[in-house]
Amino acid sequence: MSAITHHIPDSMIAAYASGNLPQPFAMVVASHISVCTECRAALGAHQTVGGALIEQSDEIAISADMKNNMMALLDEPVTPKPVYDAKGVYPGPVMQALKGKPPRWKSLGMGVKQSILAQEGSGSVRLLYIPAGQAVPDHSHNGLELTLVLQGSFSDETGRFARGDVEIGDTDLEHTPIADAGDPCICLAATDAPLRFNALIPRLLQPLFRI
Amino acid sequence: MPQPKQETSQLTVWLVAVRDHRDRDAFSQLFDHLAPRLKGFVMRSGTGAAQAEEIVQDVMLTVWRKASMFDPHRAQASAWIYQIARNRHIDIVRKENRPIPDELTHEPAVEPDASHILAFDQEASQLKSAIEQLQPDQKEIIEKAYLGDLTHKEISDQTGLPLGTVKSRIRLGLSRLRKELKGLR
Repeated sequence: MSAITHHIPDSMIAAYASGNLPQPFAMVVASHISVCTECRAALGAHQTVGGALIEQSDEIAISADMKNNMMALLDEPVTPKPVYDAKGVYPGPVMQALKGKPPRWKSLGMGVKQSILAQEGSGSVRLLYIPAGQAVPDHSHNGLELTLVLQGSFSDETGRFARGDVEIGDTDLEHTPIADAGDPCICLAATDAPLRFNALIPRLLQPLFRI
Repeated sequence: MPQPKQETSQLTVWLVAVRDHRDRDAFSQLFDHLAPRLKGFVMRSGTGAAQAEEIVQDVMLTVWRKASMFDPHRAQASAWIYQIARNRHIDIVRKENRPIPDELTHEPAVEPDASHILAFDQEASQLKSAIEQLQPDQKEIIEKAYLGDLTHKEISDQTGLPLGTVKSRIRLGLSRLRKELKGLR
């Protein structure tokens, strides 16, 4: 994993640590950290600051019964939440969103496929499958878009992105990512706004494809 | 000549006792030390006392149940607890299931390295004093950021957050963590 060259910005790792990143972005950040030692260390550093703040917090007394109640709960059996491990190219956070099942791909034409993992008011997150040599339709962004490469690689006006790399797109970025030769490119893409397409897929079709 | 304090932090000692021996006394002491501070921390972000206690109880139970995951080589005790606290807070308040990174797989026969843990603890305590020395308004910004009251955009707009010495402390801790994690993959 030493080849990762495009990382998550520090402010986003801090927001992830503190839990103030919208769910779709949090999934990309957690997936990137799953494969990136550098950003895992950065997360650890932010957690250390958080821990220091807890230790320095003013103490507020706990109500009398609470501790006893809790000590009595220690031996209660618990059904742990299912833990989804990484499988193939998909890190644990993606497997969690897939509930352990393989992605259900829907064709977008030209061999390009998508599988929507979550869609809500705060944005959406999906898997994209792009055959080698194929372009993701040219688009610009209403908001912020994070794209994490899980397999293969793509290149666009800003550089080359391979497994573990994250591209950050905002309203200023107009780009045409093209999957490089080799394995089909699989990406995890999160947005906080719908994408605007400039070509290939007319804007009218956007609601249909929900992209 | 006065020696600098050369002790593994008390929190780490308690947590390791809970992890290795399911030690209830250690857990009880950990609770007495931590729960009131955690409650204070949670209430800083405007959470009411009743819900704050619910969160504290949940966090402490999670600490007990997940203690086997605690590795003092990789995380400072309070840092590990901070992440649990944020995760539980969000799960409870927002009813969201937070995406969590894959755990690194442990090397099967890693001997505990006391000097490493100690160095790690010392860096954390230096970070703590750096935070203590901040101006009140600076400290408030840091608190807001780590309580989840700032968006990533607001954090990045706060040029110099975390400020000055805190930032250099974070960098030092970072280089140590990086070294440690490199050995693990």
